Amino acid sequence: MAKYKIVHYLNQFFGGIGGEDKADYEPEVREEKIGPGLAMAAALGEDYEIVATVICGDNYFGENLDLATDTIVEMVKKYEPDVFVAGPAFNAGRYGVACGTICKAVEERLGVPVLTGMYIENPGADMFKKDIITVSTGNSAATLRKSMPKIVNLVKKMATGEEILGPSIEGYLERGIRVNYFAEERGATRGMKMLIKKMAGEPFETDLPMPKFDRVPPAEPIKDIKTAKIAVVTSGGIVPQGNPDHIESSNATKFGFYTLEGMDRMSADDYMTIHGGYDRQFVLKDPNLVVPLDVLRELEKEGEFGSLLNYFGTTTGTGTATGSAAKFGDEIGKKFIEEGVDGVILTST
Amino acid sequence: MKLELGKIEIKDIQFADRTYIEDHVLYVNKEEVEAMVLEDDKLLECHLDIARPGEKTRITPVKDVIEPRVKVSGGGEIFPGILGKVTPPVGEGRTHALDGCCVVTVGRIVGFQEGVIDMSGVAADYCPFSKTVNLCVVIEPQEGLETHVYEKAGRMAGLKVAAYLGEAGRNVEPDVLETYETKPIFEQAAEYPDLPKVGYVHMLQSQGLLHDTYYYGVDAKQFVPTIMYPTEIMDGAIVSGNCVAPCDKVTTYHHLHNPVIDECYKHHGKDINFMGVILTNENVFLADKERHSDMVAKLAEWMGLDGVLITEEGYGNPDTDLMMNCRKVERKGTKVVLITDEFPGKDGKSQSLADTCDEATALASCGQGNMTLQFPAMDKVIGMQDYIESQIGGWAGCINEDGSFEAEIQIIIASTIANGFNKLAARGY
Repeated sequence: MAKYKIVHYLNQFFGGIGGEDKADYEPEVREEKIGPGLAMAAALGEDYEIVATVICGDNYFGENLDLATDTIVEMVKKYEPDVFVAGPAFNAGRYGVACGTICKAVEERLGVPVLTGMYIENPGADMFKKDIITVSTGNSAATLRKSMPKIVNLVKKMATGEEILGPSIEGYLERGIRVNYFAEERGATRGMKMLIKKMAGEPFETDLPMPKFDRVPPAEPIKDIKTAKIAVVTSGGIVPQGNPDHIESSNATKFGFYTLEGMDRMSADDYMTIHGGYDRQFVLKDPNLVVPLDVLRELEKEGEFGSLLNYFGTTTGTGTATGSAAKFGDEIGKKFIEEGVDGVILTST
Repeated sequence: MKLELGKIEIKDIQFADRTYIEDHVLYVNKEEVEAMVLEDDKLLECHLDIARPGEKTRITPVKDVIEPRVKVSGGGEIFPGILGKVTPPVGEGRTHALDGCCVVTVGRIVGFQEGVIDMSGVAADYCPFSKTVNLCVVIEPQEGLETHVYEKAGRMAGLKVAAYLGEAGRNVEPDVLETYETKPIFEQAAEYPDLPKVGYVHMLQSQGLLHDTYYYGVDAKQFVPTIMYPTEIMDGAIVSGNCVAPCDKVTTYHHLHNPVIDECYKHHGKDINFMGVILTNENVFLADKERHSDMVAKLAEWMGLDGVLITEEGYGNPDTDLMMNCRKVERKGTKVVLITDEFPGKDGKSQSLADTCDEATALASCGQGNMTLQFPAMDKVIGMQDYIESQIGGWAGCINEDGSFEAEIQIIIASTIANGFNKLAARGY
């Protein structure tokens, strides 16, 4: 009996079912190695066994994304694999997206290490390389033999828990994960060398290619402020005394909603700030400096706007990862849309 | 301006009945130093302790780290305008430095942004001050002090002790004598006419609310960009007064030992002509950011620079200043390399910087501050571990009963300092 079990995912073509005419083939599991799995099994040697192969048509997967994912995850679960391998998909777009989707689901739901392979221009590579180790392959199945050693090496490392090194060493597509290492020279020395090359017009390599940010277009103006429902969200770290949800002082991984019901102003007895990036003493004395409830209640009474949502959203905006911030924004936005909020005041510090 | 920097190698610190240096050991009169610190009525208690490399000792919360120096000749006093006389200016003549030892100010937290120094263990690899012999000045403030008043008292205590210890080196023959010189602009340009002219854009932390830096005693948020002879910084013209995230805090030690200035001098006359320093700030108002980045670009053009290195202190908000400076200086035709650290979140997947620009084609990474480490329990803690959970890099529940804890390396003083002092870097996986 082999030490490590592998479940393999293939589309209808590589699974030997048929071409485009069989692309609506429903998920099926076979307890054997098939197609590229034969080469993989041979290269992996006797400590490893492909215990099952799941085959699914590319169109079926694309058109029944949730159902297909659920079904396949259940199929995989039964075999309790040590590693799950999908593809490789080379430059096949639908197949690439299917491999990425199912790998991500297996990893998240079953906690099994996953691996796929794609050509760099496969649309699935762009969608999933950040989340999944995606071995860099050529654009056609003819390159399978070249990518197989990389796949096999990574499968073994995943199965045994050995450290996976950088993308250029292991041959996978860069995920965009920033990992520390001790360079041979200090930053100032590396910077100076880069500058001397740049001034001389010689090629140089930056340590950090500039990221591209999402740009969010501003919302339409509020049509009638007199009836508008307004909410407050702050990155100034205002929380109830004692910080019940343990929101961090820096690099927050969560946000909170807290009540404003029946309050005319933010009382320092009830609210505090846990923000780690500014001198808090003035805000600890008067939290209205950051969540301006006192003024908003006055304006609400005077009829300057319709009504104030009876709770506010809050987190710490210092050292907060953009990924976390985007997630908070999505969740807060969804909730406010449900509440019929027309406008939000964001206060920063 | 020409400065001779004499380095006196210090291998150990011992307490004694007077303060002096003998055979590379700094002897310190503990009572005299403690009494001097307590001349400030804002401080209630002070005690000194010594931490040596390799010991199972943790120092926290650390406010600042300072190398003792003394002005031997050439006019001016160390830390001018803040501790020493503001005039005459510094940067000329001869200065002695106690190389290998530091003054570390410690005491209960001012504003969550004070850090940890471990003298051994895994975290020691990330901290420059795990390798120096440290005289820790542990202070206890009077009850009810406003935070900025407490910050100032702690800052002045450290500077006073460093200047006092520096005096012990006044008449000691240095082990190494280094000479640094930068000439007035036309002479300097004429000295190496065939080499590319390089400058250093030094961005000082000036966001305010405990994020301040001082230049000849001036709060950096109150000046407009100016030029500085690089040797002035070696005499303490710039002093840290901030509680910025520990990992990229530019301590007063790091101002005295600015690695970019050091690097520029190493290449000076060989493959570059080092023209000097453009000093600027990181104010929070947009008008200041725009005005001051315009002025930085104007000064770079006026100095005829072919290239500049730019460093920042802090992250997030100052990234906007970094990018404005980069864009505007490049548009004047001067080549730019940025040196900075990264904050891509615990999983390393988020964007490393809060702002970007197309001109930022060359960047030297100083590592990312969000990676986590297991900090072992130590035999001795200088200061207190009461605040670990709320210090930057910690979180609720991160500390264990035995005093070990898990935290992001943000909590380590100067672990990812964004001026290129360390070898730590980040790369894409």
